[in-house]
Amino acid sequence: MIRIENLSVTFTGFSLSDINLTVDEGSFSILMGPTGAGKTVLLEAIAGLTPVKKGTITIGTTDVTHMPPEKRGVGIVYQDYALFDHLDVRQNITYGLRYHAIDTERAQRTFCRLVEDLELSHLLKRSTENLSGGEKQRVALARALIVEPKILLLDEPLSALDPAFREDIRRGLKRLHRELGVTFLMVTHDFAEALSLADRGAVMHEGRIEQVGTMEDIFQRPVSAFVADFVGMKNLFRARFTGTQAVIDGLTVELGKTPENGTGFIAIRPEDIVLSRERPHSSMRNTHTGRVSAIVDHGLYYEVVVKVDMVMFVALITKRSLVELEIHEGMPIIIAFKATAIHSF
Amino acid sequence: MQKKEPFFWITFFAGFIIMVFLLLPMFKMMTAPSLAMLMETLKDKDVMRSIRLSVVTAGAAALISFVFGTPLAYLLARHEFFGKKLVESIVDLPVVIPHPVVGIAILSVAGRDFWLGALMQELGIRIMGSVTGIITVLTFVGIPFYINAAKTGFESISPRIENVSRSLGATMVGTFFRVTVPLAWRSIVIGFVMCAARAISEFGAVVIVAYHPMIAPVMLYERFEGYGLRYSQPVAVWLVTICLSLFLVLRILTLRTKDNT
Repeated sequence: MIRIENLSVTFTGFSLSDINLTVDEGSFSILMGPTGAGKTVLLEAIAGLTPVKKGTITIGTTDVTHMPPEKRGVGIVYQDYALFDHLDVRQNITYGLRYHAIDTERAQRTFCRLVEDLELSHLLKRSTENLSGGEKQRVALARALIVEPKILLLDEPLSALDPAFREDIRRGLKRLHRELGVTFLMVTHDFAEALSLADRGAVMHEGRIEQVGTMEDIFQRPVSAFVADFVGMKNLFRARFTGTQAVIDGLTVELGKTPENGTGFIAIRPEDIVLSRERPHSSMRNTHTGRVSAIVDHGLYYEVVVKVDMVMFVALITKRSLVELEIHEGMPIIIAFKATAIHSF
Repeated sequence: MQKKEPFFWITFFAGFIIMVFLLLPMFKMMTAPSLAMLMETLKDKDVMRSIRLSVVTAGAAALISFVFGTPLAYLLARHEFFGKKLVESIVDLPVVIPHPVVGIAILSVAGRDFWLGALMQELGIRIMGSVTGIITVLTFVGIPFYINAAKTGFESISPRIENVSRSLGATMVGTFFRVTVPLAWRSIVIGFVMCAARAISEFGAVVIVAYHPMIAPVMLYERFEGYGLRYSQPVAVWLVTICLSLFLVLRILTLRTKDNT
């Protein structure tokens, strides 16, 4: 378990402030956020590679705030792999063994298992310099895992890879995590990646943690406008609440329940908005007539922008529905969404 | 073939002039003495002693720069601190100071009326007219070249590689010797060679601190003053030949390692 309390890190021109975060033992957790949010800095603080100004970091029951990195048992895998180019693949993987009291037989077993799992056996004698990105990434993983760290930090391990390899490594990561029981904390700025890998996560923004929770929570119930936007809630509106209703720019929306006190926003995922030519006979509490103002082609799906009074809604539909509904710009259309699909905060 | 633009010919012509300017005097000097004269000079004990002294003192200066300069080079490559620009300027200072001034500056510190000079005299260390003095001066003029080359080498290694080493259990010292130095090795050797090359060519500063024992450039100067151009040329040829072959050996060594990795 990692427990971070009131952590602050300061550089010239950048700082992390008041970070509070708990990562459960053996979990696969994700740290999300846009570039420059401070994700890598937070990882380096956990690994002891960046000096901490204030606050504490506890791993298990040990306060490691001022412990040197080599004593923490925290492995790190960087986006650019950071392999030792003066050593071959085998020497890279076994680099850390001499610093750990792991008996030779056990180390040998772990080595064989990792090499097999990560499909590295044919590369052991190769120089690291002419490996492919995916191969380098696997070497970096094996090198970090062979010393049996308590925690493995992964700094955007997939973003530098070809999309073709990405899926492979993603599956590999998931399997390794399941088999080894090591706590994984991975940084990404790709929400889809986060959703497919982790059970819990945190969203960072400008050196602060915006939200911590299950992926489901973050995805369905963002606590701030920033998180909502980050996780792809395209329909984000400032609203005034009256009873169980919210008013956006004069348009009244039924929430189905009284909203908790929040900052005055409502958000609806674009895939939760249904488009139709006629008023649907369904349980949807909110139906509005609007006009199609734009259609954006995203390849597999289309984004349809519908203007209702003064409010712009974005809906996602498949190409097939687009054709079936004969949607074109300027036509009137009915949008519908369930009260439960509206998230207010 | 595409017709070359006039600009190409300007660059080509300028380059050609520079090549001639650099190579012609060297070629003329190297070919001026007859083989017999060269052999005779080779038997001249004074000449050989001075060349040996030059090589040894320049090597010693490079070694001292390596031992003391490496940590500073690493510090400058890795850390930002208040006054870093100032430290870097101080490191570069010997490059811009006129050479005789260096000699005079070193003698000012070594003088009896200064506490350091007095202390050294107590300890029996002599700067004026001694090998110690020569090495001191050569280190002074050569160390910027070593530090800057080593610094560039360290800068080219991502701190993340060292971070990974630390996270795998290595201490900073272990990381430095198992990761940083092996990766920066080539820059370190290049810095060493450049420092030694600069040191072996020093004349102005040495002649002030130690006319005797005579290093090769001082010997050259003396031959020239006393006997003229013809008698100084063979000494020059031998000095250049020995220096070039030493540097060639070091270069080949570093290039070979590059192929192996």
